[in-house]
Amino acid sequence: MTQDPAERATALADAARAGDRRSLARLLTAVENHTAVAEHALRRLYPLAGAAHLVGITGPPGAGKSTLVAALIAELRKAGRSVAVVAVDPSSPITGGALLGDRVRMQSYASDDGVFIRSMAARGHAGGLASTSAAAAAVFDASGFDVVLLETVGTGQSEVEVAAAADTTVVLEAPEMGDEVQAIKAGLLEVADIVVVNKGDRPGAQRTAAQLRAMLMPPATREVDDPSRPLPKRPEVLVTTAATGDGVPELLAALDRHRAHGVDGATRAARRNRAGSQVRAVLIERLWDRLAAPGMAGATDEAIDAVAGHELDPYAAADRLLAALGTADEERR
Amino acid sequence: MTDRPLKVLIAKPGLDGHDRGAKVLARGLRDEGFEVVYTGLRQTPEMIVTAALQEDVDVVGLSILSGAHMTLVPRVCTQLRERGLDDVLVTVGGIIPDDDVEPLRAAGVASVFGPGTTIREVADFIRANATPRAE
Repeated sequence: MTQDPAERATALADAARAGDRRSLARLLTAVENHTAVAEHALRRLYPLAGAAHLVGITGPPGAGKSTLVAALIAELRKAGRSVAVVAVDPSSPITGGALLGDRVRMQSYASDDGVFIRSMAARGHAGGLASTSAAAAAVFDASGFDVVLLETVGTGQSEVEVAAAADTTVVLEAPEMGDEVQAIKAGLLEVADIVVVNKGDRPGAQRTAAQLRAMLMPPATREVDDPSRPLPKRPEVLVTTAATGDGVPELLAALDRHRAHGVDGATRAARRNRAGSQVRAVLIERLWDRLAAPGMAGATDEAIDAVAGHELDPYAAADRLLAALGTADEERR
Repeated sequence: MTDRPLKVLIAKPGLDGHDRGAKVLARGLRDEGFEVVYTGLRQTPEMIVTAALQEDVDVVGLSILSGAHMTLVPRVCTQLRERGLDDVLVTVGGIIPDDDVEPLRAAGVASVFGPGTTIREVADFIRANATPRAE
């Protein structure tokens, strides 16, 4: 592309906002690839985002995340709301390749312009999402989608990053996946705003839901007035059968309730957390770019070699590089 | 700017239910370092083209064993062009009679892979012929 990145970004962003799906898809590619076009476009789009409801869907592999996303799309379309999906699957740590299979469950919307599904490979990013998933969600948000569903890779116990990227986090469980002790372990269940026991037609689903309800209830008496102690969330526990759509209207109602109640409290906190992690990510990237730039790259390589050779510890290396950046700034002035 | 792996859509148009080949290829291309979107069975040309557009893929690989390739493949190619995806590399795999290969090429197919093709051959062809997205 010989076009100036800023001009290209403006053209793509404006076309995406006007409803051109091809430009939107191209923009998402730029975002995924961290290009100059992406940065210009995100600068333009960020102030225009913030109206969409960002919903995270996470849970172990095979719990039914993609099927539930498909069922939610159907429910949202019935209500006339547009929906975008960011579906993340893992990348191979060996070849960098990925098999993105979430669309298999989301077939019925080829001619519906109110639905846009984008698969993303995690590209080595741990935590359940790709490093660019939140930016992709912002692009969808600014392009006017009412709801953005962020489907994580199949998660284990501690991939809680989605909670920072979403306004409302849904954690999926399958029936009989563990006993009550599993439910009181720290981690994934703690970040849930809504817990869904899917495959509700399987034996044990109601029992699993009852156990989760009992275990996720916060202790009755706690120093609730002590603002220095973070309060645990009190997630609703619902049962769905995503394959048939049973329980999905109730889930959508719960999502809307959380959104409505959360505007002042939970959602604002989630959005502030998200802003924090976004700024931090860009800050690290910028810092790293400056350290790799001509003039600094030599010192950076030297410091890394010294750490590899155990002549320097990583902390001292980082301090040395930060000091060198400071000196470089002084000299420029 | 980081290079992204080439992104390939593997799709099965039409009504045959034989997806083992498509799945083996999807897995094999994953191992070759591609990002592979697999969409499953019984796709209409419209579903395939929508997926290609939304995913912004570099390559569309169609697997057909039903014999309906002369109907379905040109439709996919035409719709890709109609929706501005004329730079996407289209390949076909499956049971395709020799006589149909030239007409399929004329319709816009870059290569037809028959039985016995190795995954390495497919991967090498894609690497040599796809135009990676540059944004």
